Amino acid sequence: MPRLNDGALRTTTGRILRREEMAINMGPQHPSTHGVLRLELVLDGEIVVDVIPHIGYLHRCFEKHAEAMNNYQQVIPYCDRLDYISSMNMDWAYVIAVEKLLGIKVPERVEYIRVIMAELQRIASHLIAIGTYGLDVGAFTPFLYCFRDREGILDLFEMTCGARLLYNYIWVGGLAFDLPAGFIDKAKAFCEYFRPNIKELNDLLTYNEIFVKRTAHVGILPADVAIAYGCSGPMLRGSGVDFDLRRDDPYSIYDRFDWTVQVGKGEVGTLGDCWDRYMVRVREMEQSLNIIEQALRQIPAGDVFSAIPKRIRPNPGDVYARSEAPRGEMGFYIVSDGSATPYRVKARSPSFVNLSVLPEISRGYMIADVVAIAGSVDIVLGEVDR
Amino acid sequence: MNAPEISEKLRSKFGDAILEVKAEALSDPFVKIKPGMLSEISLYLRTDGDLQFDFLMCLSGIDHGKNILGVVYNLYSMTKRHKITIKVELPAEKPEVGSVALIWPSAGWHEREAYDLFGIVFTGHPDLRRILLPEDYPGHPLRKDFKVPEFYGGMKVPY
Amino acid sequence: MGLLDKTFNDGNVVVTTLDTVLNWARLSSLYQMHFGLACCAIEMMAASASHYDFDRFGVMPRASPRQADLIIVSGTVTLKMASRIKTLYDQMSEPRYVLSMGSCANCGGPYWEHGYHVLKGVDRIIPVDVYVPGCPPRPEALMEGVIKLQEKIRKETLVKKNP
Repeated sequence: MPRLNDGALRTTTGRILRREEMAINMGPQHPSTHGVLRLELVLDGEIVVDVIPHIGYLHRCFEKHAEAMNNYQQVIPYCDRLDYISSMNMDWAYVIAVEKLLGIKVPERVEYIRVIMAELQRIASHLIAIGTYGLDVGAFTPFLYCFRDREGILDLFEMTCGARLLYNYIWVGGLAFDLPAGFIDKAKAFCEYFRPNIKELNDLLTYNEIFVKRTAHVGILPADVAIAYGCSGPMLRGSGVDFDLRRDDPYSIYDRFDWTVQVGKGEVGTLGDCWDRYMVRVREMEQSLNIIEQALRQIPAGDVFSAIPKRIRPNPGDVYARSEAPRGEMGFYIVSDGSATPYRVKARSPSFVNLSVLPEISRGYMIADVVAIAGSVDIVLGEVDR
Repeated sequence: MNAPEISEKLRSKFGDAILEVKAEALSDPFVKIKPGMLSEISLYLRTDGDLQFDFLMCLSGIDHGKNILGVVYNLYSMTKRHKITIKVELPAEKPEVGSVALIWPSAGWHEREAYDLFGIVFTGHPDLRRILLPEDYPGHPLRKDFKVPEFYGGMKVPY
Repeated sequence: MGLLDKTFNDGNVVVTTLDTVLNWARLSSLYQMHFGLACCAIEMMAASASHYDFDRFGVMPRASPRQADLIIVSGTVTLKMASRIKTLYDQMSEPRYVLSMGSCANCGGPYWEHGYHVLKGVDRIIPVDVYVPGCPPRPEALMEGVIKLQEKIRKETLVKKNP
């Protein structure tokens, strides 16, 4: 810690430490920080007095690259790498913004396929969130079960577009490929296979007494603080706020399906604690399965390439469009100056904003609780740092 | 309320602080205001009974070129379910504007990022430091006239 | 490479068998340090999970650099992170090996052209033994990289090279 001439110990923000406090580092290389996040903890013994997050260890200059690409379609592989665990949702959020700027409407079949892919990706992303959260609090087995189930989803993605993790599949105006033959049957088989596994996961982890003791009454986030700090997604819904962009700020055809928004209720602890946020994710997986099954039944035939524009040259203007990524509200603010290259692309990522509330909800807990709280925020450093 | 009604309400209350109101077909409607009046207008947007903009969706810096920097605020109301965009423009030699971090706490980190990548100084921000880049990184990268440094910390930066 | 490295002037029967045993021990239990940076880390985790099982090669994740002999640099190395990687590499005890996984760690990856904060390849700060290409490489590709590293270790010897 920097020591100035008066001999006092300070944190990196300049706060002078009292005699019984110490400031230690957690990260950037740490088994439980979900990537390269550095948390500077000011401790009084084992109790956390303050948490100062330091980010930027994965800042990969996404916005500069977006300004340098030759056209709007070429930015999509960089969008994949923002939140690399839910790439389909990242692509879709960017494409919604560009399509809003161009004013084009995609065919019905494209909408259905996008919904199916986004919901499959939501399940895959929540499986990683749940598996690694179990790993953080000390349960190793659910991690293996979650990754085994996730391989089924990655098989479906690999069948469609050839990649397991970063797809470049959702393009402006349509898709890169149509669904291959046999996809719908395989997806239906996956849904039937996966539904009982959610119950298995609940038996293994969710109602496990040790897990409940680690996560209930920990990291309580009140609803008004969540809204003031701009939290979204399971962070916001875990605090009892009934708000989901798919239903309340619609950007696609989610109103045609029968599904419910999952909200935390404070069942085993206080409303807004880590267990509530975790449970919202588990229940959202089941709702996603419902949506996928209905979409697979209703999907129409059609041409997925018909609306892809040959030249993307939007009129000068700017637009902000957002969509519900697994971690919250993913928004893109795109400014066009009339040329084929974007003038400015700002990616508003959910984890960046959700992480800013971490100091507020971690004060007064112990170091091990900070690990549980950081895991329940569910950050991906690719989109925090962009 | 839709965007023309919101801008009418702002105009009737703040008069000449509202510089421009635009609502084109495919763009988002926006209200451009004088930088000096930002704190007052933000507090009004947050607390007024009809407006109640309690959710700051996004805050972006932007380099318009010709020595003008800008900040764009995208606001949303969770209770009334309406949106508005507020823009300010600043000279590039002295880009200073009041901070809204005490009105919308989510702006805290967004403003630090705009300071880091553009050099825009937000007066009144509780903790204005660089957030993404190292503290001693030369320059503000997202400005259009930025040159990549040849070496940083002994490492060669370009390919 | 330890106390015995390159101490003997010529090979003889004792050294050959000692070589084989030491190399076999080292390559069969490559403990890797928890070092996931970005997207490649997810494929590394998938390789450690049950579908592609890394543990059958003896590769296990360890949290502390003192207990690890392999560091898999998986993901983009930024300028801010580079000094920490160097510190961690220095803290590892010998014998230590470096596997650069993915395009970003090999040469900067998709961020090579306009990345003002990206280090174009981790070999600018630490010496790399094996490069695994891909963006991200499949878990099978990562395993092939580890097997190639095992081949490299199998050829190591305690005998000094002739001048």
